[in-house]
Amino acid sequence: MKEARGTVFKFGDNVDTDVIIPARYLNTTDHAELAAHCMEDIDKSFIKNVKKGDIIVANKNFGCGSSREHAPIAIKAAGVSCVIAETFARIFYRNSINIGLPIVECEEAAKEINAGDIVKIDFDTGVIVDETTGKYYQGQAFPPFMQKIIDCEGLVNYINAK
Amino acid sequence: MAGMTMSQKILAAHAGLSEVKAGQLIEADLDLVLGNDITSPVAIKEMEKFNSKGVFNKDKIALVPDHFVPNKDIKSAENCKCVREFAKRNSITNYFEVGQMGIEHALLPEKGLTVPGDLIIGADSHTCTYGALGAFSTGVGSTDMAAGMATGKAWFKVPSAIKFNLTGKLNEYVSGKDVILHIIGMIGVDGALYKSMEFTGEGVKELSMDDRFTIANMAIEAGGKNGIFPVDEKAIEYLKEHAPNKEYKIFEADPDAVYDEEYTIDLSTLKSTVAFPHLPENTHTFDEIDDIKIDQVVIGSCTNGRIDDIRMAAKILKGRKVAEGIRCIIIPATQAIYLQAMEEGLLKTFVEAGAVVSTPTCGPCLGGYMGILASGERCVSTTNRNFVGRMGATDSEIYLASPAVAAASAVTGKLSQPSEL
Repeated sequence: MKEARGTVFKFGDNVDTDVIIPARYLNTTDHAELAAHCMEDIDKSFIKNVKKGDIIVANKNFGCGSSREHAPIAIKAAGVSCVIAETFARIFYRNSINIGLPIVECEEAAKEINAGDIVKIDFDTGVIVDETTGKYYQGQAFPPFMQKIIDCEGLVNYINAK
Repeated sequence: MAGMTMSQKILAAHAGLSEVKAGQLIEADLDLVLGNDITSPVAIKEMEKFNSKGVFNKDKIALVPDHFVPNKDIKSAENCKCVREFAKRNSITNYFEVGQMGIEHALLPEKGLTVPGDLIIGADSHTCTYGALGAFSTGVGSTDMAAGMATGKAWFKVPSAIKFNLTGKLNEYVSGKDVILHIIGMIGVDGALYKSMEFTGEGVKELSMDDRFTIANMAIEAGGKNGIFPVDEKAIEYLKEHAPNKEYKIFEADPDAVYDEEYTIDLSTLKSTVAFPHLPENTHTFDEIDDIKIDQVVIGSCTNGRIDDIRMAAKILKGRKVAEGIRCIIIPATQAIYLQAMEEGLLKTFVEAGAVVSTPTCGPCLGGYMGILASGERCVSTTNRNFVGRMGATDSEIYLASPAVAAASAVTGKLSQPSEL
């Protein structure tokens, strides 16, 4: 995937993996079932309203807490095409790259983009465009090593290709 | 070239490099790969996608069903079955069935599987616990676990570090939990994001091993990649008891190692500390706490379910009663701790006080089972997270505290420190 475009769902600081996918649903590994409860404990209407290609924008330390890969899996399976945040918690960051969920760190974009805006991200250049406000932002590019994992759509394919 | 931190030296050694610097991406050899009943099934599914089949080393993988066991429902039972069958198929040496198992981060050091200088990844965020023994250990997700099991390697971005210079000695009833809650309150839940937390100084030798496990365990709650302690005589004594036949290498930070920040903490100034809902950084000491009535107390978890913790709870509950209407749930973290508590008469103390004692499980800590909170209920818990909905209903509240505070609160029915009894 070279770019993403969708409607923004906005969240604040320290969105933890317990609200992204509560532990009461961790008795399954089924992606669709996990997606059905994505963000349930922070925004019950999220899963009803999110459409394929939509984008999550959040402030700092997104994905803090547990190492559950079920969290980025739930977000990806819910149809979200990219998460933009000021910063990500480190295990969530690794997990997202490893499963092929595009994530971008950009403080300015995370602060300024509003819920409901239409946003486009070019993954090659890291450029984020808020089509609603007309503003451009430069997201942080991945180091080449991580870009290779992303290009392979995850760690397993990357290792198999080596 | 500037000197390296303790964490950087361990990473360099496992990457076959003479030196590494912060920000560098490396591939490193792993000494141990860990998973539990929540994260392993996802990893096992991923394993099937690798071209090469099988595991890199059957002795260097640990599988510990501990979150939802004894199986809490049919789906959990299926997950455990998946892990059990994978372990059998691959002749995994360190698979721990119910009856042998304990909460993973209490169990593995106890079994001598984590030693100084090791590089350990675990598909559980509290894998950072083993830094108490001078290992570099960090939490990862299931795909990293799968890759680790298949190849024996993982990629790392070399972290920079924050140095915590500990001095002095803790006062009575103040413990490792209060130290780490104080630190998280000071630097915030992302204060150590992507970084190592390196603990050093004269104060370290005053901390028991169980205090150090608790402190390293919650490094992740400050966003840290790992928490790590120097290996001193107390650590070596622990290793003589638990890992008598295992070789290990002690690493020390270079004297000219560079740190992003340095803090000095006089342990003698610390007080009982409580993290209020809904973040571990919302810390308060009792001079600023009003009456907070509670419904439940949980004493246990990978943070505070070790023998020191259980003994402290018993010391406070001995000859006292859990307040009317309060549910007090005590969970020794491993079978060995359970047995020791039994032999020391601590379990009798708990039952006489009106508390319940559970088999080892992560259960209530992550809102799995064995102590779920209803709407509006409050719990004082020795666990590690107080996020929204973590232990049950989204409008329930968790107050994170030490075993001493949790036990005292069980007696009074409100958030209390031992001196109030």
